Amino acid sequence: MAYKRHIDRLPIIPADAKVQNAVCHYCIVGCGYKAYTWPINRQGGTDPSQNVFGVDLSEQQPQDTEAWYAPSMYNIVKQDGRDVQLVIKPDVNCVVNSGLGSVRGARMAENHPSTVTGTQGHRLTDPLTWRYGSYQQTSWEDAFDLVARVTARVVMDGSEDDLIVSMFDHGGSGGGYENTWGTGKLYFESMKVKNVRIHNRPAYNSEVHATRDMGVGELNNAYEDAELTDTLVAWGCNPLECQTNYFLNHWVPNLQGMTSDKKAELLPDEPQEPAKIIFIDPRRNVSVNAAEQAAGPDNVLHLPINSGTDLALANAIFTHIVEQGWHDQDFIDAHTLREAAEHPAEFPAKGASDAYPGLLTSFEDAVEANRMSLEEAAEICGVPADDIRKAAEWMAEPKEGGARRRMMIGYEKGIIWGNDNYRTNGAIVNISLATRNIGQLGGGCVRMGGHQEGYFRPSEGHVGRPAAYVDQLIIDGKGGVHHIWACNHYRTTLNATEFKRIYNHRTNMVKEAMDSVAGQGRDALVDAIVGAIAEGGLFAVNVDIIQNEMGSQAHVVLPAAQQGEMNLTSMNGERRMRLAEKYMDPPGHAMPDCLIAAGIARHMERVLSETGNSDYAANFQGYDWKNEEDAFRDGYQSAHPDVTYERLRAMGTNGFQEPPQGLDGETIIGTDRLYKDGKFSTDDGLARFMAGPWRGLVTPGKQEESESYTFLINNGRSNLNWQNWFLDQENEFVTDRWPYPFIEMNPEDMAENSIEPGDLVEIFNGNGATQAIAYPTETATRGETFMLFGSPRGTQGNIVSKGVNELVIPVYKQTWADIRKIADVPEAARHISFKSKEFRF
Amino acid sequence: MTKCNRLIDAGRRQFLRGGMMATAGAAVTTLAGTQEAKAQAALARVDYPASRLGNIGELTENEPLDVSYPDDDSPGVLLKLGHAVEGGAGPDGDIVGFSVLCPHKGWYLGYNADDRTFNCPGHYSRFDAEAGGQQVWGHATSNLPQFNLRVDDDGEIYAEGVDELIFGRLSNTL
Repeated sequence: MAYKRHIDRLPIIPADAKVQNAVCHYCIVGCGYKAYTWPINRQGGTDPSQNVFGVDLSEQQPQDTEAWYAPSMYNIVKQDGRDVQLVIKPDVNCVVNSGLGSVRGARMAENHPSTVTGTQGHRLTDPLTWRYGSYQQTSWEDAFDLVARVTARVVMDGSEDDLIVSMFDHGGSGGGYENTWGTGKLYFESMKVKNVRIHNRPAYNSEVHATRDMGVGELNNAYEDAELTDTLVAWGCNPLECQTNYFLNHWVPNLQGMTSDKKAELLPDEPQEPAKIIFIDPRRNVSVNAAEQAAGPDNVLHLPINSGTDLALANAIFTHIVEQGWHDQDFIDAHTLREAAEHPAEFPAKGASDAYPGLLTSFEDAVEANRMSLEEAAEICGVPADDIRKAAEWMAEPKEGGARRRMMIGYEKGIIWGNDNYRTNGAIVNISLATRNIGQLGGGCVRMGGHQEGYFRPSEGHVGRPAAYVDQLIIDGKGGVHHIWACNHYRTTLNATEFKRIYNHRTNMVKEAMDSVAGQGRDALVDAIVGAIAEGGLFAVNVDIIQNEMGSQAHVVLPAAQQGEMNLTSMNGERRMRLAEKYMDPPGHAMPDCLIAAGIARHMERVLSETGNSDYAANFQGYDWKNEEDAFRDGYQSAHPDVTYERLRAMGTNGFQEPPQGLDGETIIGTDRLYKDGKFSTDDGLARFMAGPWRGLVTPGKQEESESYTFLINNGRSNLNWQNWFLDQENEFVTDRWPYPFIEMNPEDMAENSIEPGDLVEIFNGNGATQAIAYPTETATRGETFMLFGSPRGTQGNIVSKGVNELVIPVYKQTWADIRKIADVPEAARHISFKSKEFRF
Repeated sequence: MTKCNRLIDAGRRQFLRGGMMATAGAAVTTLAGTQEAKAQAALARVDYPASRLGNIGELTENEPLDVSYPDDDSPGVLLKLGHAVEGGAGPDGDIVGFSVLCPHKGWYLGYNADDRTFNCPGHYSRFDAEAGGQQVWGHATSNLPQFNLRVDDDGEIYAEGVDELIFGRLSNTL
């Protein structure tokens, strides 16, 4: 039977409850919420004068009411040391979500730790250290001292290259401007660490080098553009599940024709119709179905291309658009590079170097290099040429009367974690540039995004490009100390079977060394650790909010605060920056990451000074932060003095769109769209086109893998759970629905392999093995599956090969494996629904 | 089963799950993780009316019968599924009742008889009538509120409780 909370009444928010700005800390959309807190011994009443809504709560409230909250939006938490009642509910006045809550964000309250209600009891409250053969709580000073002594010793005996760092680079929880600055200052200013990687990939690199190299920052439009455009293109993304309220609140209204008034007002001189939409994805995801419901099937075009063939498709569309003369020559002449770049010796097979796998050049040069007929693309992509032609028409054919068609492309992990990332990304931007759909109302060529953003760090130039393949360094026995910030490679890296095997071995060597000198004091402990490192061991320091699998191999674990437990600034997918306020205490002794970084720095300075390295010690000064606002001032605010906590607080959940342009009184003036003036992010302000013809599956080993195994194991997120489930793994509503990761399979494929709905299956190839429960999916293409990634009970990364592209970007999406049944439906999954995820009225 | 026993049963389930039980201003504590257990307060659930919603004779298999519970402002349906389900009432264990306000934003759900799901036209959420109202896919943060049903010897169907908070009310009984 489905999980039920058996809660039939909630305390009413009193009229005088404290109200603070909250932003959903999960996905990039950053929906606005309000956090209400009030004392434990009080509650509001049903009379309008007694509740914060000013309405009669003794009556049933209507659809879409503001005056209701679900049990998941309520909790009892600590605030300034006292138990208070907390409600976090969607903010109807936030322009991002207009009161819509997602199934993730609307559980923020429930996903905070509470000693009263027992939620999130796995949150770390104290630093832990490996002592007496297990993890023991210790003080911050003790933990910092051990981290600093070992780190300083290893760096001084060797070099900073012996320190490997895995750290977030994003906004929202486990990130934000305060925390990227704190960690960035430590590793990129006080030190110059180059063996560093990001939470979801094995190197410190951009996911979208190409668009940046072309001069087009990847978050260049406003969410409003989705309401104004003529054609929406979802390329390798699944917006209903992964950017839910962006899709529901800005895409769907246009598909339904509900934004006609806004179009008439802002774009009065051209004909307007409800938007059409194109999906490019090997899988028919739920967004396709929702779009068909909203727009009618005739206005939805889904191109279920063969995995990894996006580049051929994009080049064919680009070619057709130009052949039809639908490009904007005046714009190209005025705002893009007009001279063709010299062709490197090995072009078109390669770019000038691994750092530039395509060629940044002129429009004409790109057209010539990328030329691909509709028929050729149809053969490669496995979709009809007429559908590719139709896509090109929907993207660029002028409207009645000759008006330019407005078209917006959103792309994400299907491109980013796909074949030939650099060229494909560039080929997509080519289409938007050629049709003048950057910097225009109803335009944009944008990442849909994962987390919010919140990056402010000293230059990472020393890291190099291509950046070091850090996972491979660890596997190869390199590095002596590993600092980890809000990352769990055990669930979210590639080649995970091998990585875990080696990582367990190397960290266990250090654990055994620590065990061997129990009770002999700090110097003996440090000597033993350093000795084990010399033998190939790895000393790991894990900073996180929970004890995850990485922490379970670490030697020091440091407890971090998350959003809501500290003040945190981030920006969303339209660069909308908000201050998410602190409305509760972090659990126990947990601290914001920026202050943990400061603590490590201070102890590094002390230990280095004590050991006679005063010059190097001086690098670690400048961390006298008492709170996260000090870190914000030292970092982000130093570059943008107008952007203060006070002003952000006053600007609520709408904030402003970065970059800031100055002040109007106390209001920060933002930037609704980038490149409105046609000046792009290059030295000369001219955008580049990308010459990068199709060259097959370029990731080493992928073509062979595709020929060796039966099933494509496509993979990604689901609506319900966020990222690697760090909080959701303790959320019963989530684990009730997905006790195991699902793998969507065509029912005929299941029958051929004697697999029943819910059966536990093993997915295996030469890279490793993992497990999932089979979810029958009629719309799944034969031989193609989709597995939920990041699950604690079946890591998809186990079967992803180590192959990366030239820029060390992983290719998770292209994995092939075989599947066999290993058990009947597990007890935990016996009650769950296996019906279609597609809405059917 | 008396009402009192049901409450104890509900409390036990709650305890074993380590989940949250919020009541009117009071808090019930469970053991979870490494945290210390606090004194357990008495469960305080609302008093539900025992309302007659219909008779088995009025039900046709797989055709929802409109009802309301716990009062006229809370629309729901009764369904005879034709096969026993967990939580099903009646001699065949196949009668279920649900609120039809989507627990996401309160839109009226439509019933799809083909695959026996409730579907929300607002934001595409759907709930499985045969799996206790489990959200098959969607935005609601709870599964669909289900009515506790009792069927007497005459086939009269009574509702006597609800297992989740109904949309649009902060107390299931107003």
